[in-house]
Amino acid sequence: MKPSTLNIASPLCPVPLRDYPQVILAHGGGGKLSAELIEHIFAPAFANEHVTLLSDSTPLCLPSQRIAVSTDSFVVQPLFFPGGSIGDLAVNGTVNDLAMSGARPMYLTAGFILEEGFEMEQLIRIAKDMGRAARDAGVAIIAGDTKVVERGHGDGCYINTSGIGVLPAERKIAVDQAKPGDAVILSGSVGDHGVAIMSVREGLDFESPILSDCASLADLVQKMLDTSTNIRAMRDPTRGGVAMSLNEIAAASRCGIELDDECIPIKEPVRSACEFLGLDPLLVANEGKLIAIVAKSDADQVLNTMRAHPLGCDAAIVGHVVEDDNQLVVSRTAVGTKRIVSIPVGEQLPRIC
Amino acid sequence: MKHLSEYRDGAKALKLAAEIARICKGNWAIMEVCGGQTHSIIRNGIDQIVPQNIEMIHGPGCPVCVTPISVIDKALEIAARRNVLFCSFGDMLRVPGTTSDLYRIKGGGGDVRIVYSPLDAVKLARKHPTREVVFLAIGFETTAPANAMAVKIAQQQDIHNFSVLVSHVLVPPAIEAIMNSPGNRVQAFLAAGHVCSVMGFHQYHRLASQYSIPIVVTGFEPLDLLDGIRRAVVQLEAGQSHVENAFPRVVTEAGNEVAQATIDEVFETTDRAWRGIGVIPQSGWRLKPKYAEFDAERRFAVEDIAPEESNACRAGEVLRGALKPHQCEAFGKQCTPRTPLGATMVSSEGACAAYYNYGRFVHP
Amino acid sequence: MCLAVPGQIESLYADNDTPMGKVNFGGVVKEVCMVYLPEVQIGDYVIVHVGFAIHQIDEESAQATLESFAELGLLDDELEDLRVSGEDS
Repeated sequence: MKPSTLNIASPLCPVPLRDYPQVILAHGGGGKLSAELIEHIFAPAFANEHVTLLSDSTPLCLPSQRIAVSTDSFVVQPLFFPGGSIGDLAVNGTVNDLAMSGARPMYLTAGFILEEGFEMEQLIRIAKDMGRAARDAGVAIIAGDTKVVERGHGDGCYINTSGIGVLPAERKIAVDQAKPGDAVILSGSVGDHGVAIMSVREGLDFESPILSDCASLADLVQKMLDTSTNIRAMRDPTRGGVAMSLNEIAAASRCGIELDDECIPIKEPVRSACEFLGLDPLLVANEGKLIAIVAKSDADQVLNTMRAHPLGCDAAIVGHVVEDDNQLVVSRTAVGTKRIVSIPVGEQLPRIC
Repeated sequence: MKHLSEYRDGAKALKLAAEIARICKGNWAIMEVCGGQTHSIIRNGIDQIVPQNIEMIHGPGCPVCVTPISVIDKALEIAARRNVLFCSFGDMLRVPGTTSDLYRIKGGGGDVRIVYSPLDAVKLARKHPTREVVFLAIGFETTAPANAMAVKIAQQQDIHNFSVLVSHVLVPPAIEAIMNSPGNRVQAFLAAGHVCSVMGFHQYHRLASQYSIPIVVTGFEPLDLLDGIRRAVVQLEAGQSHVENAFPRVVTEAGNEVAQATIDEVFETTDRAWRGIGVIPQSGWRLKPKYAEFDAERRFAVEDIAPEESNACRAGEVLRGALKPHQCEAFGKQCTPRTPLGATMVSSEGACAAYYNYGRFVHP
Repeated sequence: MCLAVPGQIESLYADNDTPMGKVNFGGVVKEVCMVYLPEVQIGDYVIVHVGFAIHQIDEESAQATLESFAELGLLDDELEDLRVSGEDS
């Protein structure tokens, strides 16, 4: 048989898939081709001791009775962007959601909805990205599912991941725990992911050195938890950006938050891109940053721990929690006045006029 | 960013504010014409650091806000049609027409695309030769050169599946309308720097002398705005009224004459309705007859759509400077950025949205 | 009304006979139509609105404006200096 045009130099994809350089409906049909997809792409990419190809479910033992569960679906376009792919996002997004409640993420499931005609080579790249991201985050992908929809019914590839993490005993970390006086710590520069995605959007494209900050925060969070028992709340400011997360914390905790514009780390190209698109960097998405609300007494210690970690080296105290019946998030401008940091209404659209 | 960050220095801003306080003796009402300036004033809290006897009145210079509802309804009608690929700046998507907005049209199956530049719309027309690509060409004088060039390029390159729905508005007739409106309180204008970078400021001398008002061509950064206010106050205190250029790094008396020539070639002046304000004579541009082929209103036969404006929203008074956004009864209640009654709440440049987003409803 | 930002020209070229250029805005680079500024050269700063360069930035005027701001604050600084030196003596 003449090999197809698919050029696969890796051991991930032995013979049978070479016949199908693109996803076809039968790959989601539960038959031989589905099995080949699992056997030759997902299982090797996700390799871990729990994956058994034959079972309908995966039995697990958890080291704690308190667990955290989270689920998220990923529909990002384009699928590959500077600094990552939908595969990285699908793992890190759910891992980070677990970590924000103080959990140690352990297991993920992965559900794929593929569009007929999707390039097999791209699926292999995505699966590899997921495997690498999972290993980096210290989680195992232990169950999965694949469905294929007809051409024109999907954007190539959608992924859903669900995750399980174990919670430490006697810790309550939640958005309603912020108290006046607490410090607001940001783990690094804001807006990188959103700007990286926008730079490759059709019709908006610009050349930018900015990579997505997509990363697992699980290890950083563990080190922070080891440092202090007075971390009250954590959030990863994804869609809606820092503005959204802080407003949620303020509302849930029935207090206000005061920031200082000049303390918020923003990379120069991100600031510039936001400038010409007319966007507020505080509303732009991040995928590897966290906001921690920490008791004032422990703030410096937690900050030092964060700065010693590669994902927190630019961490900064950007403000503090205050008493405020209006539950407003305000920021101090460069000229010393205050502005409200409001909740974004919807999608961030480039503002031209 | 060079030529931007230098004008955001907090310490210098406070010194300029102190200088304004030192020289300001009377009570003065100054209008910044441009929505971009309104946005910057509110975003940076400039109104909080100038002396209390200076009142900043926010003008009608947000193209999104003043685009008449008839144009929005025409856009919605066209965008909903099969085979139309409708292109718009992002700002226009949530602007309410009589019963819908572009977002909802998109949700209902219309192919609505956000573009950064009118040239992107021309590119889409080239890429999809079997589809009708329509661009919503709104804006003040600053945007006109770009919109005019899109039409010219389409003509030069024989792109016949491209058309524009034009609703251009002009600053000087608006200034004149404000000065002539009953109960006008504006005593000085900050003219919009970017409009003047295209058009120059020669046409403002007549307005300054005829209405005895200082007009200061002003930029958009905190120091630029404070310097514009300072110069206006100097003139007001001295009883002077002339045109001054506080934005010489991008504005010259003559403006960009190459751009003006293209505007003249493609557009001609026309009476234009301003949303919430009404018709201002000779206050807009439309396509010249020789470019009629590219007129979306004709191509899609929507000239007759002429809805009544709702009176629930007092945006007109806000745009004329007769009312502060938070003085409107609906402000922050029925009318929020999520549920806007009028365009001034939709556009992030609109005075109402600026007030809402930056909290002037709690810190009046 | 019109968001326009300053950037520096990195390259100039023609696309279908339309003069275009790459403009660097503080580290990000975007394609910009140069048809309205026939005289500009690589290295010049221009102000860009909806993908069109609409005016060249006049560096001398920019410098003069910044100096005029500095002068407005000068008096205060001098007073401060005098006060400080007075306390020292």
